[in-house]
Amino acid sequence: MDAKLVFLILTFSISVLGMFAFVIALIQKQVLVPPSAAEAIFAQGELGQKELDEKESLGNGWQVLDQSAKKPILFFIVSSVIWLVIGSICGLLVSVKFHSPTFLGTEAMLTFGKIRPLHLNIIAYGWLPLAALGVSMWLVPRLTKVPLQNTKILYAAGILWNIGVTLGCIGILFGYNDGLEWLEFWWPFKILLAIGGALVAIPLFRTMYISKEEHLYVTLWYTIAALIWFPILFIIANCHFLYSGVQQAIVNWWFAHNVLGLWVTPLGLGIIYYLIPKITGFPIVSYQLSLFGFWGLALFYSQVGMHHLLGGPIPTWLGNLSVVMSVGMVIPVVATAINHHVSTYRHLRVLKESVVLRFIVFGAVAYTLSSLQGSLHALRSVNAITHFTHWTVSHAHLGLYGFTSMVMFGGIYFALPRLVGRNFKRPGLINLHFWVAAIGILIYTIGLGIGGWLQGLELTNVHGSFEASVKVTIPYLVTRSVGGTLMLLSHLLMLYNVISILRPEKGEQLEVAHE
Amino acid sequence: MNKAYLFAFGSTSTIALSVFLFVLLPRIQVASIDQAGLSAQAPYTPAELRGRQVYIENGCVYCHSQQVRDPSIGADQAFGWGRPSLPSDYIYDKPHLLGTMRTGPDLSNIGVRQPSRVWQHLHLYNPRALVAWSIMPGFSFLYEVKTSKESPKEGAIQLPGSSDQTSRWIIPSQKAEDLVSYLTSLKRDGEPKKASEVAK
Repeated sequence: MDAKLVFLILTFSISVLGMFAFVIALIQKQVLVPPSAAEAIFAQGELGQKELDEKESLGNGWQVLDQSAKKPILFFIVSSVIWLVIGSICGLLVSVKFHSPTFLGTEAMLTFGKIRPLHLNIIAYGWLPLAALGVSMWLVPRLTKVPLQNTKILYAAGILWNIGVTLGCIGILFGYNDGLEWLEFWWPFKILLAIGGALVAIPLFRTMYISKEEHLYVTLWYTIAALIWFPILFIIANCHFLYSGVQQAIVNWWFAHNVLGLWVTPLGLGIIYYLIPKITGFPIVSYQLSLFGFWGLALFYSQVGMHHLLGGPIPTWLGNLSVVMSVGMVIPVVATAINHHVSTYRHLRVLKESVVLRFIVFGAVAYTLSSLQGSLHALRSVNAITHFTHWTVSHAHLGLYGFTSMVMFGGIYFALPRLVGRNFKRPGLINLHFWVAAIGILIYTIGLGIGGWLQGLELTNVHGSFEASVKVTIPYLVTRSVGGTLMLLSHLLMLYNVISILRPEKGEQLEVAHE
Repeated sequence: MNKAYLFAFGSTSTIALSVFLFVLLPRIQVASIDQAGLSAQAPYTPAELRGRQVYIENGCVYCHSQQVRDPSIGADQAFGWGRPSLPSDYIYDKPHLLGTMRTGPDLSNIGVRQPSRVWQHLHLYNPRALVAWSIMPGFSFLYEVKTSKESPKEGAIQLPGSSDQTSRWIIPSQKAEDLVSYLTSLKRDGEPKKASEVAK
């Protein structure tokens, strides 16, 4: 039989079976979970007790779980922060080139068109996944109450992943580029990423498998799903030999939006779902609602990608489907927003005491805003203006920086003291990181959003000119560099913070020696 | 026993549905366009294909789209960018270069708008020499510059504004020549025809 037909029948039946299984599970009340499950993240006596950024002398068993995979987790986190700094230097360079096109323009390797994909790929494959996985690897043992299994596999995965990103970046500089946005790395290097991504899943799934916990906490739902989704997406999207022309564009943007929605977003949401209740000391307001949010995201987010090609030569039904699904995203987003924001609102005062919570809440608010913005500009009438403009870039940074990166910052700052067993020496610098990053991304997003919208108005003005659409953006391209500079500075602070906590103090070494 | 399997199976189902809708169905639909064999395009020549690779390596796609929207959306046609794109315009495009940004103008029909190789070379060398308000990076690294009274080499182009005494010339590298071959080949303005009828 034709392979195409086999795949067609296979995917269709898996999805229909999935729906059936879901309905059956629903009838049998398997999916309903008792509200008490939301309290699973608290050890005895912790409920109602806020847990601030600094590690306390924990006598309740978290320490054993935290340190079960200390080294591989630190490897993921430290390498992610290094990528973050390199990636943001590239980003700032690109931003400056927009308003000063001759800046560092005579070197072939420093041309805009090479540094731009370098920035995107380093952030999308270097910083975000390594940071998200690092924090998730710290969360899984805490949520399953089982030490992390097969930690050696995690090293292998982390090393493969880092080598893949490094080679991919060098390849782009030397012209080895697959030519597709979000998939620029030359394909042999992407095999390393695919293997690395699949390998990470093994220890995490094994840890969950042997867990005796009856109910899985929300964070784990998102982690399980993300770990399944990424390899499937990445492998299908990279079978370049199968696609060409318009169909390749469809697969390209199907992947590019899903890699955000089904990989980075769920991991980020999982971290928010853990840290807001953990820090405030009270469970999330509605556990059922979080279930709703999860399945809504799984169904809707996987089908929104074509809003990147509206007005293009794609089948109309396909574009319409993505518009409908993009609007449908409002449902899981609102469900998640209620859970996040009401949980925070009830304990607003904790924001004063915990910088980590500030990062997390900033991220949660940015998630709500960027998702609603995404639904809005997927509408054909709005999309006609925003498409092809810097508005999209502003939106992408609200999502990937305002939401996911800020959440990763918070997650890393919360996990590190508990992993290495000592506190940050200068917590003031973490606070400084927060404010510099927050002001930076606000200048970036708001400025570029306005610039992009004005650009879109010019691009749709039949009595205007293309020239006007370029000139109108210039001041906003400058504000982007201002915001970007602040963001880069905040990342240098983070690098310092992370390195400083890893260095043992003098007295400490002696203690270890005595043991 | 916990419910991990439920979430694993559920998320596999949703992604399977997504693959079905966004990878497989469009594939079948688009394949029918290819089978019809009607396109306004001719296959790329080897020089154009090499030029396409230069276009990819230097990231032109991050600022230039190659897709023209319907007159009901945007000012694409008012700007003279050509007729709305058809799926059959892209049957030889591998990888696709549709693009999603218009920091620069759409290039679907740049070969129609600017057929002059000299214009393309001068513009690539220093965009602002020809378009004062341009924010495009120059690609001077694809050219060699020589100062001489007469053309130093066949294919060399005299830079505007140089006096007779000290003429400055740019000599395009192979990559620059290929890139210009690709750019000037971009003409997506015809009616779809049978492959045998498309003029080379």
